[in-house]
Amino acid sequence: MKDEYDVIVVGAGPAGSLAAKEAAKGGLSVLLIEKRQEIGDPVRCAEAVGHSTASKYLDFDEKSICTEITTATLILPNGLEFVLGSEGPEIYKGYVLDRKIFDRELANDAAKAGAEVRVKTAATGLIIENGQVCGVKVRHLGKEKEIRCKIVIGADGVESKVGKWAGLDTTLKLEDIESCVQYLVSGVSIKESDIRINIGNEVAPGGYLWEFPKGNNKANIGIGLLGSRVKNGARPIDCLNKFIEEKYPDAKILEMHFGADPVSSYMEKYYGNGFMLAGDAARMVDPITGGGIETAIVAGALAGQRAVEAVEANDFSEKFLKEYQKRWEKEYKNTFKRSLILKNFALGLTDEIANQYATEFKKQNIKEPIGFDSLIKALTKMDKTLLLKLGISLIKS
Amino acid sequence: MIVLAVKVNRYKCGYCGGCVAVCKETAIDLVEAFIEIDDEKCTSCRKCERFCPVGALEVIS
Repeated sequence: MKDEYDVIVVGAGPAGSLAAKEAAKGGLSVLLIEKRQEIGDPVRCAEAVGHSTASKYLDFDEKSICTEITTATLILPNGLEFVLGSEGPEIYKGYVLDRKIFDRELANDAAKAGAEVRVKTAATGLIIENGQVCGVKVRHLGKEKEIRCKIVIGADGVESKVGKWAGLDTTLKLEDIESCVQYLVSGVSIKESDIRINIGNEVAPGGYLWEFPKGNNKANIGIGLLGSRVKNGARPIDCLNKFIEEKYPDAKILEMHFGADPVSSYMEKYYGNGFMLAGDAARMVDPITGGGIETAIVAGALAGQRAVEAVEANDFSEKFLKEYQKRWEKEYKNTFKRSLILKNFALGLTDEIANQYATEFKKQNIKEPIGFDSLIKALTKMDKTLLLKLGISLIKS
Repeated sequence: MIVLAVKVNRYKCGYCGGCVAVCKETAIDLVEAFIEIDDEKCTSCRKCERFCPVGALEVIS
């Protein structure tokens, strides 16, 4: 480790590795630090991602893909199922990944582009001078060291501290974060091209329970409950155990994963003098799906690219870095706005009403797979308050 | 006076980091694969205790 770099990236998840790769590709000296001794482990994610925008910035490598997904099945409290997917000629494409391989390969890509990678190296604070972030205090194998840089990219995940150290309020309210447990199980026969989403206040209050195929009779079965709806005795682990005992009594648990998923939507501001935040650290998780891999990849790449431009312009002010936030929001602002409305709508639904809407919708005999947009359109026909909220948001945007 | 403190059951904790994210006081740190709590900063607001997916955190007196 040197005493000075152009860029220090904190956290070697997808956001951090993409940021380091893009910055290094642009000729900058880059240090990518990861506090854990192994990148990608332990897994804290359901591992599903859409092909879409992320593929602009990376190639989904075969080694990292467990299964290819074309549809999602939504299961209502009364058992009615709806297959969602593409209605058009083009088939929807997504993946269930192996994050242990995926994350490590992304860090490898950053290394190949020229970034220095250090594991078991934690950030313990920032160096801030005259309101400008200009370095990171790190700890490696118990030894503390101060390293200076022009830009810090905080990709330090849900437990992010970089933003806080730099003066942003990143604290999540209990109603803005999902409390999650997942098991990688063996011995379940589940369709390999379909992810299953179980909703309802019985099965997963304020969240959902997922069954994602991992191939070879394995699956990620997991649950997220809204933090404010977690109850003693009915914590995520209790609800998940109950579901698995009932539905998959013969399943063998190969791995246990624990997670925390921000559903607040992205922060109002996630940059400042000398720093940018990316991925979970900036709460860039789609509030309705809980997905944050794609958005993190895009954010990391955009932050890395802006860092290159900042070095070229020799300008590390928040005024200059603001462009990064603008670019990311150009991609995701409208989607997230809609997702936030849908999340709040879903949180307000009782199981009875959800069942009633599902029954009404089933009667229309619409061809499945149904597109996500068609589903929302159908919902707005049944629920005028949702129509109103989505309508107002359209007018405002 | 009763002094409250948050205790982590390290044998239960799955180190997801959620407790760190909901702590307003920055009293919790996820160091690699274990949780550290700064009793000086903790105000016993119990948010971390409520959030924990496995119930590994407990406020004790």
